[in-house]
Amino acid sequence: MSDVLPEAEAPEWPMPRAAGCPFDPPPALRALTDDKPLARVRIWDGSTPWIVTGHAAQRTLLGDPRVSVDERLPGFPHWHEGMAAAVEYRPRSVFNSDAPEHTRYRRIMTGPFTLKRVEALRPTIQKITDDLIDRMLAGPKPADLVEALALPLPTLMISELLGVPYEDHDFFQENAARGIAHNVSAEESMRTFGALNGYLVQLVEKKAAEPADDALSDIAARVNAGDITVAEAAMMGLGLLIAGHETSANMIGLATAALLEHPEQLALLRDTDDPKVVAGAVEELLRYLGIIHGGQRRIAKEDIEIAGETIRAGEGIIIELFSANRDADVFPEPDVMDLRRANARHHNAFGFGIHQCVGQQLARVELQIVYCTLFRRVPTLALAVERDEIQFKHDRLAYGVYTLPVTW
Amino acid sequence: MKVTVEQDKCVAAGQCVATAPDVFDQRDEDGVVVLLTEEPAADLADDVRYAAAVCPALAIHIED
Ligand code: HEM
Ligand code: SF4
Repeated sequence: MSDVLPEAEAPEWPMPRAAGCPFDPPPALRALTDDKPLARVRIWDGSTPWIVTGHAAQRTLLGDPRVSVDERLPGFPHWHEGMAAAVEYRPRSVFNSDAPEHTRYRRIMTGPFTLKRVEALRPTIQKITDDLIDRMLAGPKPADLVEALALPLPTLMISELLGVPYEDHDFFQENAARGIAHNVSAEESMRTFGALNGYLVQLVEKKAAEPADDALSDIAARVNAGDITVAEAAMMGLGLLIAGHETSANMIGLATAALLEHPEQLALLRDTDDPKVVAGAVEELLRYLGIIHGGQRRIAKEDIEIAGETIRAGEGIIIELFSANRDADVFPEPDVMDLRRANARHHNAFGFGIHQCVGQQLARVELQIVYCTLFRRVPTLALAVERDEIQFKHDRLAYGVYTLPVTW
Repeated sequence: MKVTVEQDKCVAAGQCVATAPDVFDQRDEDGVVVLLTEEPAADLADDVRYAAAVCPALAIHIED
């Protein structure tokens, strides 16, 4: 017997977090999935896809080839009206294709992000971090940590890796930010996507004609070789650019806000020189903060039995990764941030299955460097506002803080 | 312990290399997994098992 609510009673998703608990998942979602790993919700278009919160169920579904990211299939649970409207204009990419097509795109993107290549970037990342902190310390107090460090560090890194002129970052940051709100109209989505896409198409064409030593030139070379179209190459570049700066930026801002509330945890990170401890702490922050909280979108291509329910072919599936990071079956006392947690790395913060984050090793190294450097170099770092004045990104697909006024 | 990898399934996430660098490597051009040894030493067995567990593409297989 199913105890899932009838479709008509499915509650609306997204749901708000509790006032005063900016670091925990929405209580209504927890209540809904208290005794089962999935339930139905209602989204903006009135459809009632499944939402999956359990860690094991998420990994099972994300690893199942019957679960598709093909956003053109009828019934796909789009994030918002804007995503649905632009569907015909978005070329195929890793984000919206299944294996084996996905494999072909992914292999063209992954070269610059191997563990070895990313480890070799450590000195560069360290230097950018130090320069940004120098500049912040030389400037007026209080400073906005998001503007001073959290946003420019990953933006500089991904711009340099791809070979995107950093001068253009205002343009793409602004457009990218508009595209990932929870609610985006069809018109606005077309406008921002059009602007960003046009920019990348031009850049790919330039790199195809005059290659440089950067990732976008490597991608453009595949256009010259006839492996992919200019539109596909532009989509790859755009995907890397957007996924590569906003996420890490949120992790830096939000972790700083959380750690300033837990001085004993902050001290652990500040005082260690064991890279294993630092790496473990970053995994726990990825788990605990769960910045990807809007729910990854999928659709069932066949009937799938899971946890006593049947997801029917054609039904939407929303994989809410943050909730899995707080699954008590995997993480004892899941709502406690414990930088020494032994199994933190089992989090789903980067997803699971074939779409697991391309840039995860880069993100890890950025975060390992930035947290240590910030708290070591600025041991007196403190919030310059009351906690309840911090503006959290409740309305964004990726959670974080809009600004973080700090002093020292 | 005998290890095999399915390069076709690998998505180059690098999780295996981060866990057991003496057993796994990544191809330079696209990050696809390369197996350095099919029969890793006994003291690496736990790391290899862990690598198989965290591989997002389920591309690492172990026979005891
Ligand atoms: C802490 C920072 C980051 C977090 C939390 C994060 C999270 C994620 C998640 C959850 C997914 C899976 C989406 C899904 O399955 O639907 C993903 C995919 C992806 N990420 Fe990241 N990411 C981060 C940083 C980065 C960086 C730095 C880059 C690029 C340099 C990047 C590039 C990508 C790409 C291209 C994909 C799509 C992969 C595919 O569909 O095959 N991410 N990321
Ligand atoms: S962990 Fe799996 S997907 Fe990632 S590189 Fe290793 S084999 Fe490939």
